[in-house]
Amino acid sequence: MISKNYMQTLKGVSSRILRGDVSLRFAGAAIIDYANRICRQLDGWTFIALLIALLVAVPLLAVLWLAFSPSGDIWSHLASTVLPHYISTSLLLMLGVGVGVSLIGTGTAWLTTTYRFTGCRFFEWALLLPLAVPAYIIAYIYTDVLEYAGPIQGALRDLMGWKNAKDYWFPEIRSLGGAIIMMVLTLYPYVYLLARSSFLEQSTAVLEAGRVLGRGPWRSFFELALPLARPAIVVGVSLALMETLNDFGTVDFFAVQTFTAGIYDVWLNMNNIAGAAQLAIVMMLFVFALIAVERLARKGRRFDSVTGRTSSHRQRLVGWQGFAAFGVCLVPVLLGFIIPALVLLKHAINFYALSFEAGFLTHAWHSLLISSIVALVSVALGLLLAYGVRLSGTNLMKSASRLASIGYAVPGSVLAVGILIPLTSLDHGLDALSKDLFGFGTGLLLSGTMFALVYGYTTRFMALSHGSVEAGLARITPNMEGAARSLGATRGRTLRRIHLPLLRGSMLTAVLIVFVDSMKELPMTMLLRPFNFETLATHAHQYASDELFEEAALGSLAIVLAGIIPVILLSRAIAGSSKESQL
Amino acid sequence: MTALEYRDIVHGFDGRPVLDGVSLQVKQGEFVCLLGPSGCGKTTLLRLAAGLEIVQSGSILLDDKVVASKQLYVPPEQRSIGLMFQDYALFPHLTVMENILFGLGHGERSQADKGRSIWARNMLAGFGLTKLADHYPGTLSGGEQQRVALLRALAPNPPVLLLDEPFSSLDAARRIEMREETVKLIREAGTSAIMVTHDGEEAMFMADRIKVMNKGRIVQSGKPEDIYLKPKNAFVASLFGHANRYCETVSKGYVETPLGRFKARDLDEGTSACIFIRPEGVIPYEGDEETGEARDAEVVSSHYLGIASHIHLRSKSLVDGASITFHAQRSGHYLPRIGSRTNYRIDPAHVFVFGKENDGE
Repeated sequence: MISKNYMQTLKGVSSRILRGDVSLRFAGAAIIDYANRICRQLDGWTFIALLIALLVAVPLLAVLWLAFSPSGDIWSHLASTVLPHYISTSLLLMLGVGVGVSLIGTGTAWLTTTYRFTGCRFFEWALLLPLAVPAYIIAYIYTDVLEYAGPIQGALRDLMGWKNAKDYWFPEIRSLGGAIIMMVLTLYPYVYLLARSSFLEQSTAVLEAGRVLGRGPWRSFFELALPLARPAIVVGVSLALMETLNDFGTVDFFAVQTFTAGIYDVWLNMNNIAGAAQLAIVMMLFVFALIAVERLARKGRRFDSVTGRTSSHRQRLVGWQGFAAFGVCLVPVLLGFIIPALVLLKHAINFYALSFEAGFLTHAWHSLLISSIVALVSVALGLLLAYGVRLSGTNLMKSASRLASIGYAVPGSVLAVGILIPLTSLDHGLDALSKDLFGFGTGLLLSGTMFALVYGYTTRFMALSHGSVEAGLARITPNMEGAARSLGATRGRTLRRIHLPLLRGSMLTAVLIVFVDSMKELPMTMLLRPFNFETLATHAHQYASDELFEEAALGSLAIVLAGIIPVILLSRAIAGSSKESQL
Repeated sequence: MTALEYRDIVHGFDGRPVLDGVSLQVKQGEFVCLLGPSGCGKTTLLRLAAGLEIVQSGSILLDDKVVASKQLYVPPEQRSIGLMFQDYALFPHLTVMENILFGLGHGERSQADKGRSIWARNMLAGFGLTKLADHYPGTLSGGEQQRVALLRALAPNPPVLLLDEPFSSLDAARRIEMREETVKLIREAGTSAIMVTHDGEEAMFMADRIKVMNKGRIVQSGKPEDIYLKPKNAFVASLFGHANRYCETVSKGYVETPLGRFKARDLDEGTSACIFIRPEGVIPYEGDEETGEARDAEVVSSHYLGIASHIHLRSKSLVDGASITFHAQRSGHYLPRIGSRTNYRIDPAHVFVFGKENDGE
């Protein structure tokens, strides 16, 4: 407002000065025009958006700066020793997870959208349940179940009369293959969700035309439905792969040498932060490749049709076909949710008292506190950003909001490196300043406290809150805004009476989603938490690594229960969309 | 008294010109229709007046005071212009009554607002919608939503009301009903209005004056009957439905066309001219009770459309004897057998001659 008034005055004065002189006036008009444009680009909202984008960009820039600043010959050392191994392991992991989630996600989505069979209503939402279980927790559980001392091998030995491990072969769960299976089981719902909504959006007419033109159900799937859904599937797979790169708990627990594991090793064990930053840079290349693929896929989404598919057209599968469909859908739900949940429940009940002794309440309080703070902060920032883009809509603003959303794609370990560097130097500066001024130091005011955690989480989860609020805003047509303004409502009143009431739902969703993701967060927390500060996630990881997982089962169960909240939200959205398509 | 005036508006989006020097005035209490195809800039004109679009060049005056120019921008909420959107833009979280009273600022506190809210209640009752006052817009039918949107725009008693294709999402029968209601309501309120439409008949029905727009310019302005009976060019003439059209060279002050010889008026010798004959200008009849030259044609098809019958005729071109087909129309029920022969005559009131460069294409 102030800048606008100022501009008004400036323009008035300059045009008065220039009156009379034609050539000068011409130049003046050009200057005013230019000033006008700058003024329009740099209003208050744009400023806030740029500030938020900067907040997100600082850690990334810090990683870059550190990686390229000279600090001995770490790079060639890394390149000649561990780097090739990290790269090949990470690639294999991504390849395995990518193939696995595509097959399971697309297959189950196709079955539940195209056919009717026993239990298909249940599977529509139950297939989302594994989303509630973080990969690292499922890894602890299956290790517990499948290891030498676990119930399965024990039962086999009793049954077959084997004496020890030399008598038989049993697959080693703590391996690359095991990690792939764990991640596929928990990440396939991303592909399921996106493929499902794409299949639902496809017009029935397209598939019916295919059938009439002589394509059987298999060929119409491969020649019509799959190519149409491919962009959505690619988006789902790239989301799953970003999560794969982000994972720390599983790969650390299984001792699989990926980038994330490498960053921890180089940083914490070799105490070499520059080396960690350099690894982080290489990892970012992977991420940018994924983002590029995802963007490309989203661009191709144009050919989705709006006409929905009616459920009455769904063919009923009976006999062995129905049984097979049931089995295909049951396995991921069983392995990805039901068995892990039952195991957790059993341990949580059996080791109830021990869990409390191990500090369950303290850890739960830490998790709750930090997740709530992060949820509120990132939704507030997301709202500012989304509303700013809506109001000013300049290109500068749009780029800023896109930049602010990139944190979600950046693996937590990379963000942690990038956050700790600037905060530590800021802390040292503050400490020195305080010593000079007041005679006592402030210590690690920012980097050693919860502030670093909140900053890190917010950077990473801002994309979620921003995206959610933005989607909510998109439902409010610009004409509604125009109607309110032309009926005499100021910007403020329009925000209060039209936008906020209509946005309440999506803001609540955003709070929930960010809250739950913060509850699950492990890789960043491991690096950024204050000394002796344990959340439910770090506690579970610590105890699982010490082979005391049973005592952390209650905490893990709490994480899973919290994780069910967004699953319920998503399944309600699914129920809503299938209701709409029935109309 | 001028309620709303545009002066020399030039406007574009991303370098693409949309309005190219538009000036127009709406007098106090006048109902003006902007008629033209989609993409001709009609809606942009409305949004500029409402303040939802910032003027790039030219100025806009409300009640003889400048509200928008390159230097000045009065925000929409301070202009007191009513705007009715094509998609109605009702607020989905407010009830029908809350939607209508939204523009009254502070509820029913002030005396004037109290009067307007009583007015709103009466209007709702007049539409038979009283029982819907507490419903949410999502549960209303298209016609009901349209009425609520109209009442919401009129509730603050704006001196000027802008309507952006308000009937486009209604079915044909409901549209005609709503036209009458809308025009009546606006006239009673004494509000000046601009309505945007691409339907020539709708514009004729509602407007005191029609402004025909094409490619960001106003190409003709006048009373509905002038626009219909004295179109300036083929573009304006074609806004009221398909017509028989022939282009030939002017020779000795006449244009020879397959349907006859027509005076070239002021067109120069040797230039290209287009003859435009509306279907109602070609009138079929039986027997030979009419005077003038006898012309006959073969009936290719005939359709009864309610108010009139549309007949497709085939005959020999009067220029070279080639076979030509053309459209004819007669009021009432008239369905000659296909293949039968009928006489026809040309009504000169529905024949228009335009120079080719003035074709509007």
